Amino acid sequence: MTTSAIRVRGLRKAYAGVTAVSGLDLDVAHGEVFALLGPNGAGKTTTVEILEGYRRRDAGEVSVLGADPARPDAGWRARIGIVLQSSGGHDELTVQELVHHFAGYYPGARDPDDVIAAVGLDEKRATRARHLSGGQRRRLDVALGILGNPELLFLDEPTTGFDPEARREFWALITSLADGGTTIVLTTHYLDEAEQLAGRVGVIAGGRIVALDTPDRLGGRDHDLAVVRWSEDGRQRTERTAEPTALVAQLAGRLGGEVPGLIVSRATLEDVYLRLIGQPEQTLEVVS
Amino acid sequence: MSTAVSPARIAMSRASLETRSYFRERDSVIFSFLFPVIMLGIFAVVFGGEDVGPSSGAPVDFAQYFLPGMVASGIMLVSFQTLAISLAIEREDGTLKRLRGTPMPPVSYFLGKVGMILVVGLSQIALLLAVAAVAFGVELPTEPSKWLTFAWCYVLGTAGGAVLGIAYSSVPRSAKSASAVVVGPLLVLQFISGVFFVFNDLPSWLQNVASVFPLKWLAQGMRSVFLPDRLETLEVSASWQHGPTALILSLWLIAGLVICVRTFRWQRRDDG
Repeated sequence: MTTSAIRVRGLRKAYAGVTAVSGLDLDVAHGEVFALLGPNGAGKTTTVEILEGYRRRDAGEVSVLGADPARPDAGWRARIGIVLQSSGGHDELTVQELVHHFAGYYPGARDPDDVIAAVGLDEKRATRARHLSGGQRRRLDVALGILGNPELLFLDEPTTGFDPEARREFWALITSLADGGTTIVLTTHYLDEAEQLAGRVGVIAGGRIVALDTPDRLGGRDHDLAVVRWSEDGRQRTERTAEPTALVAQLAGRLGGEVPGLIVSRATLEDVYLRLIGQPEQTLEVVS
Repeated sequence: MSTAVSPARIAMSRASLETRSYFRERDSVIFSFLFPVIMLGIFAVVFGGEDVGPSSGAPVDFAQYFLPGMVASGIMLVSFQTLAISLAIEREDGTLKRLRGTPMPPVSYFLGKVGMILVVGLSQIALLLAVAAVAFGVELPTEPSKWLTFAWCYVLGTAGGAVLGIAYSSVPRSAKSASAVVVGPLLVLQFISGVFFVFNDLPSWLQNVASVFPLKWLAQGMRSVFLPDRLETLEVSASWQHGPTALILSLWLIAGLVICVRTFRWQRRDDG
């Protein structure tokens, strides 16, 4: 038994000479919810699919639940749940048929009816997969992913195309799985999703991890300068400062009381993320 | 809830799932299951009363002559066409990738397909024979030796069609093109293999081309089952050629197996 659910050292993968992953290191502890963020083409899906046993690596050490995913066996697959980025297939079968059938693959499967209820598809059990909405289909994917009572669950962009309410419900489901001790690796484009679910966030860019921390400390977010905005002489003014209170007091004195249009804010996870992957954050006119 | 997982039980479960899926898909029911029955009906009605026969001896009705071709054609549609199209689609839409991510034993997947083909194929032949006998008065053979020939032709034809279908499923570049890429060549093959016409009437170069492929041999084997032996003289070689038939169908089966083992992919070409 290793201490980490996932341990990656110096992972490399190239496609036809184009590097997708270049020397990536990663540790995910048992019971952790870990989010992997990164722009398209950063190596996110390549990394996750190497961990899932779908792709071969060119170099590096990888251990997932104590085994090398390049040599997956049925026992190892039974301990892992995978929700792929694309859902599809088995169109003519009903929710009930599919979940009961897939349960037969796993030696320690959960009760299929409980799982259908847990993902909120009770009303849709007699509906063929073809006729489910995008969100319902995704919940079916999750049902099939968690059926085997996995120790480790991979979720690749699970809520793409969800409406806000469905996303909240989905988050509650994932949180309850995490509370039950399931280790979860999540990739997502939604920063709020990572912030809501993950204990730690890794940002991947150019095939390596460029930042790794809890969502509130990622990229030095907790030490970030505050941004103070106000209106003066008919212009929008912005200043970054480590001492926003002092600045506001100074402004109040200079402008004689109430500061027009005053906003004091700190960088959002999205700001930090965009900075980390080398995109300019929202254009700021920086004074001083 | 902890139960032992057995590949055989999963294979049974998959066969049942595959069969249900097959019959729920209207396209597959019409274009692979009912197609030979419909064609038999059309040909029997259009050419009914016309006879096919040797220069000496009693001829047979066209419906009877046409039946073995439709049996052979049906075997190829159900095994080759069904698998080539469905696997191309399952590879494209991620079904195969999803299954690969579970502990499902791969052998159970293929056995499930085989089970589906057996159920669908045998019910199709039963329906064809019933329609031929009841609606068109075709006399079915009663000798056990004929049915033995039927059995080995069916098994070799179906097994060969299945592995070749699995191998061919990698040819279509997308699920959208799968039907066209699979159905087109098979239709041409049906025309040159003596399924729709008397094989002897084809130009000899076309006969030679057809002789490379398994359908010609399967149709010939089925003629030896469903036609009276006096029609053996109508064959190009004036023989049912059971030996070469078994040999060539077996060679295709082995070739198909080798290609499958070497080229089968659970994912799209551009994915991993």
